[in-house]
Amino acid sequence: MHVVEMRQITKQFGDVIANDRVEFQLKRGEIHALLGENGAGKTTLMRILFGLYREDSGEVIVDDQPVRIGSPKDAIALGIGMVTQHFALVPPFSVAENVIMGYRDSLSMDMKAIEAEVASSAKKFTIEIDPSAIVRHLSVGQKQRVEILKALFREARVLILDEPTAVLVPQEVDALFDILRNLREQGISVIFISHKLNEVMAISDRVTVLRDGRAISTIDTSSTTPSELAKMMVGRETFGVTRQGEAVADQPILQVERLCADDGRGLQALKDISFVVNSGEILGIAGVGGNGQKELAETLCGTRQPTSGGILVRDKQMSGASPSEMTAAGLGRVPEDRHAGMVGELTVADNMVMEHLSRFTKRGMLDRKAIKNYTDQLIEQFQIKAKPSDRARTLSGGNMQKLLLARVLANQPDVLIAPQPTRGLDVGATEYVHNQLLEQRQRGAAVLLISEDLDEILALSDRIAVVYEGEIVGVLPVHDADIERLGLMMSGVIKENKDAVPQI
Amino acid sequence: MPFPKFRLEKTGAPMWFRGLIPVITLVLTFILTSGLIIWGKANPFEAYYYFLIDPLAGRVSFLEVLVKSTPLILTGIAVTVAFVAGYYNIGAEGQLYAGALAAAWLGTVLEGVSTPVAILVMVSGGFIAGMIWALIPALLRVYLNVDEVVTTLLTNSIILFIISAILNGPWRDPQSGWPQSPEIAEAARLPQLAERSRLHFGFVIALVAVAVIWFILTRTGFGLKLRAVGLGKEGARFAGIQVKRTMLLAALISGGLAGIAGYVEVAGIQYHLIGELSPGYGYTGIIIATMGGLNALAVAASGLFFGLVETGAQTVSRALGVPVYLGEITQATMLLVILGMFLLQRYRIRRV
Amino acid sequence: MVVAMFIATLTAATLRVATPILLAAIGETFSERAGVLNLGIEGIMFLGAFVGFYTADVSGSLWVGLLAAIMSGILLGLLMAFFTVTLGVNQHVSGLGITLLASGLALYAFRLNYGGSATPPSIPPFEQLTLLENIPVLGTILNQYMLTYIGFLLVVPISWWVMYRTSFGLKIRAVGENPEAADAAGINVFRIRYIAIAAGGGLMAMGGAFLSLSQLGAFTHGIIAGRGWVAIALVIFGNWNPSKVMLGSLIFGGTYALQLRLQAMGLQLPIPYETFLALPYIVTIIALVIAGRQASYPAALLKPYRRE
Repeated sequence: MHVVEMRQITKQFGDVIANDRVEFQLKRGEIHALLGENGAGKTTLMRILFGLYREDSGEVIVDDQPVRIGSPKDAIALGIGMVTQHFALVPPFSVAENVIMGYRDSLSMDMKAIEAEVASSAKKFTIEIDPSAIVRHLSVGQKQRVEILKALFREARVLILDEPTAVLVPQEVDALFDILRNLREQGISVIFISHKLNEVMAISDRVTVLRDGRAISTIDTSSTTPSELAKMMVGRETFGVTRQGEAVADQPILQVERLCADDGRGLQALKDISFVVNSGEILGIAGVGGNGQKELAETLCGTRQPTSGGILVRDKQMSGASPSEMTAAGLGRVPEDRHAGMVGELTVADNMVMEHLSRFTKRGMLDRKAIKNYTDQLIEQFQIKAKPSDRARTLSGGNMQKLLLARVLANQPDVLIAPQPTRGLDVGATEYVHNQLLEQRQRGAAVLLISEDLDEILALSDRIAVVYEGEIVGVLPVHDADIERLGLMMSGVIKENKDAVPQI
Repeated sequence: MPFPKFRLEKTGAPMWFRGLIPVITLVLTFILTSGLIIWGKANPFEAYYYFLIDPLAGRVSFLEVLVKSTPLILTGIAVTVAFVAGYYNIGAEGQLYAGALAAAWLGTVLEGVSTPVAILVMVSGGFIAGMIWALIPALLRVYLNVDEVVTTLLTNSIILFIISAILNGPWRDPQSGWPQSPEIAEAARLPQLAERSRLHFGFVIALVAVAVIWFILTRTGFGLKLRAVGLGKEGARFAGIQVKRTMLLAALISGGLAGIAGYVEVAGIQYHLIGELSPGYGYTGIIIATMGGLNALAVAASGLFFGLVETGAQTVSRALGVPVYLGEITQATMLLVILGMFLLQRYRIRRV
Repeated sequence: MVVAMFIATLTAATLRVATPILLAAIGETFSERAGVLNLGIEGIMFLGAFVGFYTADVSGSLWVGLLAAIMSGILLGLLMAFFTVTLGVNQHVSGLGITLLASGLALYAFRLNYGGSATPPSIPPFEQLTLLENIPVLGTILNQYMLTYIGFLLVVPISWWVMYRTSFGLKIRAVGENPEAADAAGINVFRIRYIAIAAGGGLMAMGGAFLSLSQLGAFTHGIIAGRGWVAIALVIFGNWNPSKVMLGSLIFGGTYALQLRLQAMGLQLPIPYETFLALPYIVTIIALVIAGRQASYPAALLKPYRRE
């Protein structure tokens, strides 16, 4: 007896087959994990079920009836709810307004009564939330709860959660799992999209593994092991990157001293951040998303003004400098959001020279030949799959990142700021970026790697600093770091470094 | 209530379709406006003959098309510079009047200088005046984040009051009592380019402006900065381009070019300032810039075409008695049709 | 007593001057709250003024004229919605296109029906309501057109109620803030935007028709004279809240009325009277600078929504 059945689902985007004749069955009252690497087709499959995409072929069956889900509205009417990674919330609205939005169609709204109703619904599903709170002021975990409540309030019997733990600290993950178990008790089916094996093992009843758009297998969680799942998920040997030797970190290149910055809405995002990156080492900044990483990267890149504190590049005070001054000081800056770091409507060549325009202009005129030669050379050197005249936005994520790396690394910067450098990249491109970072380390550059991916941090860093709520709560050499300790630091349970200014 | 849903799919249109776009635009515009022409008791085909072909057939009317297109090319190129940099200058109309005001004043002062000197001084004067009138909205936008669309619209109204105050005050003609400025000096007038025609040197100035802006936008580092800021502020800022400064410069250059449009109308056609100097050249400039796809050369072509439409509207009105406002309607219809066409170049609409 | 009468006539004039701008600004508020800046406002008001006048002239009924004007505004609103919502093209340019089209249509039709005569044709306009006529000051203030009463006592409170106390208003605000979220919640973003823009267009045209049917009883080229642009500014000034937009329209109406009164009194002033005409525009810009600092634009304004 299945609540949802998806048969032979195929979906193609251009040349890429995202789903290839996928079979998926969901039982009533189970937590069903959808496991796979980035790009395996998990999200695509669920977006089809929720009516955000339309399948090219295949059949969706709900309660034994073939259905046509053309929009989220259809999905909701069938009792299917989805919580995506990007919360679909209206920030200036209250929790209650967000919950009833588009669902209650009474002409006049009695907000008091609605809030009471939302509160009782939240209580029923053991979700702790204040219905009158304004969503803008909520934490990420709370926003996620609003999203879950929103779906349940619409009488969802099937709840799809797309990588729900990516944004949470371990403690919040536990709270989320408690909610999910409670939902299971109430007969609600949960689809849990994840690429984290331990979480899948901990929460799910059954697992469906996707790889390269195909459903590999569906099995009971109790009858499998993490290593078996890993094998199914990856299906090939993984080549980790290897760091060569210990860092010859001797010379402090980038010194950050008691740096403070706001988040743009007047809240303090960075609180007295201090650290040093030496030549020839990678300092990894670990932490759960939203703990000041974005602001740290922006401040170092010159796109955000610090409120106080110092940024020294080779003993030169750069605090508050503009992006071009930062570049001139030998600071290589890769943007966190690739699309925001370049002008997508301009060509690859335009973007390539944009940081150093003065070098490619003669008396104000663009030296087109020099620009083309320079771009051709970098395209070859960095193996970018693009022509100089292509619009940058047409590049794949991996090639965009290569472009941005090439733009920066061609100038052999003393410091490299790399926030979330592999976010959203496929395995090959990720490996490429990792090797580039290590090469820079080898060359003697000071590399600051800011990442939410703990595996990445552990694989690349010489030392690891952990941020929590805008503070550095500890700095440790990689050989002293174990996952559990880092996890506790990332969730703010332990703070190792009360006076985080290390000896210089 | 069932409601039609459309979905736009990103697919490049085939090349043959792109080539057909101007033709389809013309045909669609013709179909959409022909009902009005019939209502005006005229034959649409005949009307369109007088509208688009007859003006090009005779020497005088052909030159008149160039006369009409002169201020349009200038406002079109002015708007282009601003729009390219992502600054929505809707104030070309007001900046045009600022330039005209400066020209009317300089024109009375420059008695007895040589024509090249007068042109040089007055082009600069018109440019600076337009820049000054563009300055406040630009500063408010760049430094205080006040929407430039609204402020430029409001400043357009304000300068009309200023002009009215001056024309009804110090400059009111003492003999006739007309609200118009004193005639400008002979030397300050733009030389005629052809006999028995109103075509004047301002047309050359407009073409030079187009060439200069085309060169700046496509061949210089500053032009690349303008485009970068317009197409992606964040990315431009990240790469070290001074976004505020670049935007401010674009706004000022735009204002200056619109100011030159005011100058050529005063020094080439009217020889004095009047309150009705522009029938909305500044606003039409926005349409011309859009139709030209913000490409300087295409904007010039689109300005010429609009000059034809303005001339043709008068021809058709004289010949067939159709109200001259057919010109405005045609311009608007064409703009809306081409806006839809731009989209069809990149997307396909599909009903879902 | 003279002072009291001056204030009374000034107040009365303020309300009268504010009415068309108020109606148009409320219309613009709906459109922008749903995420679409409608620069067609100036042309929609202009065509509304003409259609109202023409229909009233032909049918002999001012109310039929008003209704026809509102219909014309709704139609232009739908056209605007087609371009900005369905096609998702640049809102500035399509709005100006609508303005140009509507102005052209109005002038074309006016010329066809009334020729180019020097004296503009006129019709007997709406009578002013005379409530409490015998009470000196209050009577003067309350001596207003029906549409002024409708604007201040019906349109503003109803708009406020719809915006903040109905699920429809919640939907409008949702699609203007975060259309993705609204869509995911099952709200038909396209339909809500269409309705908001069309309703807004109706109100704009009603504002235009007030001028031709109540104030003038005639249609002239300069009948709107930039009032639509002022309305756009007032929406920002009023932070997209109908009651604050009303306050803004009263401030604008007040400065304008003061200028009218002073001119009517025939005072010889050392400065040209145009200073007073320009004053409301300057005040509006200053107000924008002050209010604009904390203006909370609808987050999705100017952004077309497309499903992936």
